[in-house]
This record gives sequence, C-alpha cells and structure tokens, in this order.
Amino acid sequence: MLTRTRAPEVAPAEVDTGLGAARLRDVDKTFAARRRGADPVTAVRGLSLTAGPGEIVAVVGPSGCGKTTLLELVCGLIAPDAGTVDAAPAALMAQRDLLLPWRTAVDNAALALSVAGVERGAARARAAALLRDFGLGGFERARPAELSGGMRQRVAFARTLLSGRTVLCLDEPFAALDALTRQEMQDWLAGALLAQPRTVVLVTHDVEEAIVLADRVLVMSPRPGRVVATLDVAVERPRRRTDPALVALRERALRELRA
Amino acid sequence: MTAALLLLGLLGGWEAYTRLSGIDEFVLPAPTAIASALYDDRALLWSNFTVTAGEIGFGMLVAIVLGLAFATAIHFSEGLRRALYPLLVGSQTIPIVLIAPLLVAWWGFGLTPKLAIVALVCFFPIVVPTLDALDRVDDDLRKLMRTFGASRWQTFRMIEAPAALPGVLTGAKLSVAIAAIAATFAELAGSEAGLGNLMLKAIPQFETARAFAAVLILSAFSVALFALLALAERRLLPWARQPRGTAP
Repeated sequence: MLTRTRAPEVAPAEVDTGLGAARLRDVDKTFAARRRGADPVTAVRGLSLTAGPGEIVAVVGPSGCGKTTLLELVCGLIAPDAGTVDAAPAALMAQRDLLLPWRTAVDNAALALSVAGVERGAARARAAALLRDFGLGGFERARPAELSGGMRQRVAFARTLLSGRTVLCLDEPFAALDALTRQEMQDWLAGALLAQPRTVVLVTHDVEEAIVLADRVLVMSPRPGRVVATLDVAVERPRRRTDPALVALRERALRELRA
Repeated sequence: MTAALLLLGLLGGWEAYTRLSGIDEFVLPAPTAIASALYDDRALLWSNFTVTAGEIGFGMLVAIVLGLAFATAIHFSEGLRRALYPLLVGSQTIPIVLIAPLLVAWWGFGLTPKLAIVALVCFFPIVVPTLDALDRVDDDLRKLMRTFGASRWQTFRMIEAPAALPGVLTGAKLSVAIAAIAATFAELAGSEAGLGNLMLKAIPQFETARAFAAVLILSAFSVALFALLALAERRLLPWARQPRGTAP
C-alpha cells in the first residue's frame, strides 16, 4: 500500500529497480545486564514493522524505547530472540556522521565502494558526482573537520547511498544539528529521496521530522518497545511544514506519544 | 626565547663558577672546556656517535615492529590480551641493570644486546598508546563497516589502523628519550665503541670534558629525533591535531 506519489517525469540517475523491503514480525530482543547484579533489559517486545519497497517509514518514540535496537535488527547487526526479521541488505546512518577524519569528503563518501573493492579512481568519480548532486561541489578534497555539521551529514548520506543497499536505516540523522540546519537538512533529504528512491526506516525523536519525511509514522511505547499507533501520511510531495494536514497529523502523533 | 635566555644565564653562571672557585677541570669542566673538547675530539666523538645512533635507531625500529605486532595481536584476541598484557607490564619491572650484563654474556659485545635492551625499554611506551588508540575506535564505526559487508581485516585496515597511527607516534616520541638512556646503559654493561663506552673510558682518563661532550651530543640527537617525529606527525597526520575532527 504505497501512499507516496512520485512525479513521473523525475528520472533519477541511479534508480534501483529492485528496491528491497524490511519486515519485522513479533520480534523480542533482550540484552544481558551490562553490570553484574543488574536486570537484563528487554529493548523490544512483540515489535512488528513493515517497510515496503520504496516506502519511507518513520518510527518515533520516547528515549530508550528500543529504536536503535530496531534498526540494528533490520541491518542484521543483532539477531532477534523471538519473531522473524526479513530484510534486504540495509545500510545504517547514525546520528553522528562517523566520518573518518583522515579521509577527504570524497574518500569518506566512497568508503563502502573501497570495501566492495571498487578501483579507487572509479570509486572517487562516483562519489564526487554524488557529492556535486548534494551541493558539495568544490568540497571533495576537504577533510571532515573543515566541513559544517550539515555538510558532514550530507557526506555521510552520500556514503550510505553509495553502499548500494536499497534499504536505508537512518538513526536520528539530524539530531546533532542546530534547529535551522536540521529543517534545511530534512527538506534536502526529502528531495534527495524523491530523486533517488530508497526503502527507508527513519528513527527519530522529532515528530515533525517524521511527518515531513515519511509515508507512514509508527509510534512506539516506552521500553519494552512495540508499535502502539500507526499514522499514514497521505500528503503529496514536496510537502510544506505549514500544510494543515501535516500540522493535524503532528498533533495526533504527539497525543499518541503522550498517551 | 625565554628558554634560550635561561640557558645562556645558566651557562654563564656555570662558567663563572668554574673559573672563580678554581675547581679541578676533571671534577667539573667549564662550558668552554666542553666546547673545545667537542671540537678537538670531533673525529672520535663522531665515530662513536654513529655506533650509538645505530643502536638507538635500530633498537627503536625493533621495538616499533614488535610493539605494533603485539598490540595488533592483543587487539584481535581477547584471550591473548588476558594472557599477554600482564606479561607486558611485568616486563617493565625487569631491572635493566641486572639483565644488561647478562645479555652481554649471552650475545657478546656487539650490536645484538644493545638492540635487545633498547627494544625492551621502548616496547612498553609504544604498545600502550597504540593499544589505547585501537581500543578507543568507535564501536558504531565497526557496525557501519559491517553493514557495508566489510571483513574484520578490512575494518582493521581502513578504520582501526589509521585511527591508531597517532598513538603509534605518541609512543615513538615517548621512546626517543629513554632509548638514548637505554643505549648508553647497554654500552656501559659491555661494549667496544659508542658514546656510552667513550664516557666510561673518559672519566678514569680525567677527560671529563669529553664525557660531557658525549652527553651533549646524545641529548642533541634525542631532541632532533623527537623534533623529526613531531614534524612527521604534523605532516602525515594533520587530522589528528584538529580539535573539531570527529573522533573515530
């Protein structure tokens, strides 16, 4: 059930015809106690989530509701104790950009390509082209320390895209940015995903971010986390934050969160 | 600038003291006497310097190669860490005073026991910062690499090894100063040449100024080596000095 509408005349440069899906069904995950004597922590219990091919699903919830656990399950970094995880290979993008300070912007973006054994020149060419698309032309040779927070997040997103994974797991990707930059980056990400569709699981604290970006917003309960409400965002793109439909949805999501 | 002034003042005071007190030159030579020894004995000092410099250089090289291998092995295996780390710390308590003559007895007056002593002393300061840097690598970066399908080795090569380089250089800088002491000591325990050997012979020959000149050369060499490493750090790892760079 794809509520998202895409302008047919947009012809993205790198469309992956076979976008993957991510599906979690009744997943439980408990972590052993970090300290001796402490109780084990059940991060998620009975968690179900589906992100169909090309769908953007946002997950909002209170701190410590197992959102990061959810993404690590999708990425296959951890295995569930119970339930099933069925996901195409996914790439993870964290709140911190995690750029390597010794690599230039272009080489950071090309990290996954070097892992895949792509020849350096070809990898750089692909990364540089994407960075230019992302408004970072002229900064290819800059090191992360010379870039602003928003620019670094864009490099990190380029790196995530170049991994070739069709499922992207975004873990509060803009939480470390200031409010204004964050809004800019949300609009930018919406545009980037319109041009290069991917299946996205976006975890965030920020209800507005979820509503602006996603096709569907899932509200999670406090730990142990599970989905307590689902909101379909059937609003065409490009979206405006002030759109009454979006504002109404935001209020509803906040109500669900407080419930 | 102030350091230079201070040094100048100290030297002036030293010179004045030796002249005014009439102290014997073999007890405390004046700075001018040391300077003339430095010039008069330059051939002798140089030939002995090359020996000691070789011991320091190759000894540190051995320490770096072994230290990096050791740190890498420990980093990859928790079992090895538990087994070897206590031994590493223990190795630092071996009194060099005791073991140096023993090594000379085993391996003779040549280069080998000197390399062993310099390496033994420098090993620890190289391993510890290297291992710390490896351990400090962000776990989220390892996760990122796993989602990219990277092997353990690729993660080491692309993430952990470069992240550890500043630690390696810190270790090398720490080693420089003690390497000179270790080499001198190794020569005192038994040798045919070297600045330490020269010092040992100079004192009974009442050539105290020559011994001081040897010390001066050795310190200058250590300082130069340290400066070289600091320069290499600035040139090769500019990112490690930038406070705003994201810590890997």
